[in-house]
Amino acid sequence: MNLGPYAAFIVGAYVAAFTIVLALILWVVVDRRHLVRRLDALELQGVTRRSGRQAAGNS
Amino acid sequence: MQMTIVDLASPARFQTISARLLPWLTAATVVAFVVGLALVYSAPDDYQQGATVKIMFIHVPAAWLGIFGWMLMSMAALGTLVWRHPLADVAAKAAAPIGAAFTLMCLLTGSLWGRPMWGTYWVWDARLTSVLVLFLLYLAVLALWRTIEDPSHAARAVAVFTLVGAINVPIIKFSVDWWNTLHQGASVFRLGGPTMHSSILVPLLAMMAAFTLLFLTLHLAAMRNEILRRRLRTAQMMQAHAAAGA
Repeated sequence: MNLGPYAAFIVGAYVAAFTIVLALILWVVVDRRHLVRRLDALELQGVTRRSGRQAAGNS
Repeated sequence: MQMTIVDLASPARFQTISARLLPWLTAATVVAFVVGLALVYSAPDDYQQGATVKIMFIHVPAAWLGIFGWMLMSMAALGTLVWRHPLADVAAKAAAPIGAAFTLMCLLTGSLWGRPMWGTYWVWDARLTSVLVLFLLYLAVLALWRTIEDPSHAARAVAVFTLVGAINVPIIKFSVDWWNTLHQGASVFRLGGPTMHSSILVPLLAMMAAFTLLFLTLHLAAMRNEILRRRLRTAQMMQAHAAAGA
């Protein structure tokens, strides 16, 4: 593919778009891991939600 | 239909449904990008702009999603203020960083397209300025969510701000008609139909579909995270109350 005299601008635009998309995906994945880890830690300490206790009682 | 809305009103139910939906949405996004990028690769150069037209295939979808994000937040704002739907503010909060990121992408790619075509990275023309205002509005929303600690109070403040900010959406759309701008007029979404040749239009529509699927996938995942964040907050408050009572 020949991008002509403005190849740097075209490649730069695609690199910028790719970086932003990658940052968004990493944000979602890392945020979820962090939240799950903290919720698990609290559960290990015996902190459970009322709905969780009710569900455990019903089962 | 009513049953579906009632079912989705429960965050727990939403988590179950979204967990099933997310892998399919992710797969659809990947397939759409493979098809879209293949079409972009084989698309011809523009007779005036040459190969720089390839920037359009990411710039236009990014612009569309910047606006789509705010429209989604506006609908969620109505859900918060009028119907008090429990997931409305979750949807609004999850959409804000994604909308901001796509607006930034629009500004950056537009700037890199403008330099070779217009001879400048930036000009204070109505379209460019109104999109910059949209980006600043997104940043204000993100700041507002962080400033108010109680999520329900923050949700109401953000909802009012979002609805006021929605006035910027038609300004962005019609700025090229209302004022003399360096930015070109509408060439895809216009009453007379698209003005582009199908060899350029088809890859553009494919990329718009791929980027829209990416937005929806990220939004769904971010909503699931936000629900977990609220569970964590509740659990931490319960722990603090238990510690204070002991």
